[in-house]
Amino acid sequence: MNDDAANDAAHVANGDFALEYDALGQLVYIDAAGRRHVGVAPVRMFPISDPDGPVSIVDSNGRELASISRLDRLPDWQREIIRTAIAEREFMPVIRRIISVSSDVEPSNWEVETDRGRVTFQLDDEEDVRRLGPYRVVIIDAHKVRFLVDDVRKLDAASRRILDKYM
Amino acid sequence: MNYGNGGLSHRGSFFWAHFSWPENCRTGRGELYNIQVHGCRAPSLRRTALCSALTHPLVAVPLVPSDPIAKPEVWQTIPAAIREQLADQLRPGETPLCWFEPDLDRNLHYRCGLVVLTNQRLLSWEPPDGAASSRPLEDRIAAASSAWESGWRCWPLEPGVTLRVREYAGAGVLEWVSPSERLACWRYSLARAVGARRLAAALEALREGRAVDVSDSAPPGGAECASCGATLQAHQVACPRCGAMRPKPPVKSLWRLHRFARKRFGAILLGFCLTLVATAASLIPPYLTMPLMDEVLIPYEYGQRDDLSPVKWYLLGLAGAATLAFLLGWARTYVLAWVSERIAADLRQETYNHLQRLSLEFFGSKRTGDLISRISNDTDRICYFLSVHLLDFANDLLMITMTAGVMLWISPWLALVTLCPLPFIVILIHRVRDRLKHGFQFASRAWAEMTSVLADTIPGIRVVKAFAQEKKEIDRFRRANQRVLTANDRVNFAWSLFDPVMILLTDLGVLVIWGFAVYQIWQRNITVGVLAAFLQYIGRFYARLDSMSRIVTAAQRAGAATQRVFAILDRKSTVPEPTRPVRPGRLRGAIEFRNVSFRYGSRTVLSNVNLKIEPGEMIGLVGPSGAGKTTMINLICRFFDVAEGAILVDDIDIRSFPVEEYRRNIGIVLQEPFLFYGTIAENIAYGKPDATQQQIIAAARAARAHEFILRLPEAYDSLVGERGQLLSGGERQRISIARALLIDPRILILDEATSSVDTETEHEIQLALENLIKGRTTIAIAHRLSTLRRADRLVVIERGRLVEVGSHRELLGRSGTYARLYHAQYESAGSQHTPAAT
Repeated sequence: MNDDAANDAAHVANGDFALEYDALGQLVYIDAAGRRHVGVAPVRMFPISDPDGPVSIVDSNGRELASISRLDRLPDWQREIIRTAIAEREFMPVIRRIISVSSDVEPSNWEVETDRGRVTFQLDDEEDVRRLGPYRVVIIDAHKVRFLVDDVRKLDAASRRILDKYM
Repeated sequence: MNYGNGGLSHRGSFFWAHFSWPENCRTGRGELYNIQVHGCRAPSLRRTALCSALTHPLVAVPLVPSDPIAKPEVWQTIPAAIREQLADQLRPGETPLCWFEPDLDRNLHYRCGLVVLTNQRLLSWEPPDGAASSRPLEDRIAAASSAWESGWRCWPLEPGVTLRVREYAGAGVLEWVSPSERLACWRYSLARAVGARRLAAALEALREGRAVDVSDSAPPGGAECASCGATLQAHQVACPRCGAMRPKPPVKSLWRLHRFARKRFGAILLGFCLTLVATAASLIPPYLTMPLMDEVLIPYEYGQRDDLSPVKWYLLGLAGAATLAFLLGWARTYVLAWVSERIAADLRQETYNHLQRLSLEFFGSKRTGDLISRISNDTDRICYFLSVHLLDFANDLLMITMTAGVMLWISPWLALVTLCPLPFIVILIHRVRDRLKHGFQFASRAWAEMTSVLADTIPGIRVVKAFAQEKKEIDRFRRANQRVLTANDRVNFAWSLFDPVMILLTDLGVLVIWGFAVYQIWQRNITVGVLAAFLQYIGRFYARLDSMSRIVTAAQRAGAATQRVFAILDRKSTVPEPTRPVRPGRLRGAIEFRNVSFRYGSRTVLSNVNLKIEPGEMIGLVGPSGAGKTTMINLICRFFDVAEGAILVDDIDIRSFPVEEYRRNIGIVLQEPFLFYGTIAENIAYGKPDATQQQIIAAARAARAHEFILRLPEAYDSLVGERGQLLSGGERQRISIARALLIDPRILILDEATSSVDTETEHEIQLALENLIKGRTTIAIAHRLSTLRRADRLVVIERGRLVEVGSHRELLGRSGTYARLYHAQYESAGSQHTPAAT
């Protein structure tokens, strides 16, 4: 509370900060002045439309400590640690193949092959299949886990036919 | 009944039957108590026997062999292989308290594992790294049972070591942490989130010496979902949170209308009989032409007979048959149209009724335009289908069967040749079916999307104009319109082929008859009269097939519409009615939040809120936006149900009350008062339509609305529009206050009731509110802290947690969140309006 200056996020251009994991598995942000902020989290600002774009580092209270204009402009080691931390937080399996859909009427069960293995999820509502741009689709299951279809055109014909119904 | 002491493991019919006490968990409750508890919950225990055994150390479980018929879902959630393996891991006297199945591995790939909390240790098992992650767990266990020995890890429950739950978008992590380091962690997708939190809570309960008991937060008759741990109502077969993972059989959606048709069975039967008779009547004329030609006209032509007197009888017969067919056809069409109109009306009504009963959650995720279109357009489409297309189809089908019958009777060979093209037509119809079905769904969706644009921009027209975005909106509409066009083009291509093909087939059919019939006449097998009759029949026949082909289009269209309507009807309310309701009557108004958590999607909105509110007390909810204030109110109103924990009013879980009767005790004044189209009096009496004029006036007086109402040209009879355009914000607000006053609620909710009006109006509204809150339990949300100066206690919420509770003075003295908020507001507001009097 007393450090209101933290509101003005330091705009880190390239690397005058450090990130590391402590023994408790928490991410620690060390700012330019050497202060340690424990339990921070990197947040992608445009996780779908521009995943390599701007990233914000926020503390455990949700305050922004730093914002990085582009992830892909960071030095490798920093980018890797941020990527790891992001991967932990952003769980969005990418659908590679739709194996089956149980019913035409929602709620329906979808069995899909994702980049993280095969899984069955429940779709509550046809509107939870959302189009993001012409070929990208995100499917939100009953638990609000998001499944991404990166490019509809790259799916096999059977999967595309299933998805077509929702487009 | 057989109560064991220690782990009992029966191969094949394994069950834990522990009755050992965790060392640090003695509550003093005796054995009898537990048996009693068990006894009264026996049926549900049998269902959830494993779950209970794991989560209720105090509940003894009878050794019931798991008979395959009564096998509950719970059993299936822990594969039998794991149950047996786990039993082998347990030490004597060790009782499993709670289990959790993480479903992700370190790299967030799907892979099942198991974490079990016992009274002595935390055990975990995960499959070896090499195991293919895509296969179901049971398969992998079967494939690599040797992995079991290596996969187990365990930790003693040392002081200071705890389970920590962290959740992010889509996935969470359960960590086993000591003060200095992280000993282990398990990752899971949100589908398992409740289980993870339950495990952490179980450990906490064990540490504090409480029984690991979830039943006190469950409503009467409630149970727990086996896979995610969410509280279930007694009647809920499916868990609303993790969903029933039971696929529904694919339904031919149109058939589902039979539920509505059954009520009109008599009329439908009458319609069917009329159709039958009418069709038969229409088959008479061609039949009469046969003898007319063969026995009268042709012999006359060849001079074999010289009087034409029978002709008049034939003509009379033809006329009579035509008249009969006309009358019967009329009656049939009327009767069936009458029925279908009623079926559609029932459907519309039921859909709307159902819609009204759905929880707010549903409306939040739906676009208004789409919902309106489902209830209006789609049901109308169904009605049209039933009254026109289906009727025609039934008619056609009868006609075809009967025509075919008559033709076969007259001349089997000629009939067979005539009927030849029939299978080809059937195949053709079938082929096009699939294409059309998706096409129409696509078109219907595109149409709804277009109406959604309208529903979006017309109410928001001020914003559109203010930001000069007319062009953009025109573009948006154009795109939606274009999509409709594309969708319809796609469909039109398929079915435009139909008509020409039908005509072609008719022509071919006629050609075939001519050819074959001429041959037959040459062979002297048939007469010219038969040919004449056949030509008449075939005209009808193919015309029928032609119109039958339209049923494909119509049925698909109607099927898609039915599906969209039933999508609403199939939706279960997430605020279910209790099976054994407790009548709330008039409540006292004591409210208690007990360990309440609520998540909206992956976002935890409220976590572990505990709060007791006395009857008649006024509570001010304070906190930054998004802190969870409105959620608390929505939970009190039962717009949503809690994810965990319970809300009790007068010490009764609100889920045990019938929703409607319970809400009758609640008055609510919202930030944006909504006035319905109607008079002011009707709007005030919205919650109590039978209110007398005196009551309405008294309410308006108390709400300080009386005087401005009198200034309106028609006073209480003035019409207000959909959004009450006639009135200012403050005036509308006072009407909504009067509305709340009139129902004399025990619990009053003020959600930012004064934030959208100027200070002067606010003062007026404040005065009105003072009348309103007298003697009622009041919960008020306000950003302007001055609004809350009358509050007995202020509750400060930050990021879903209750951080401070106390009076204004106390909180100010504490110089915490409230003090910060207060000072921030005081400084920014300056002397314009002084916040809460100190």
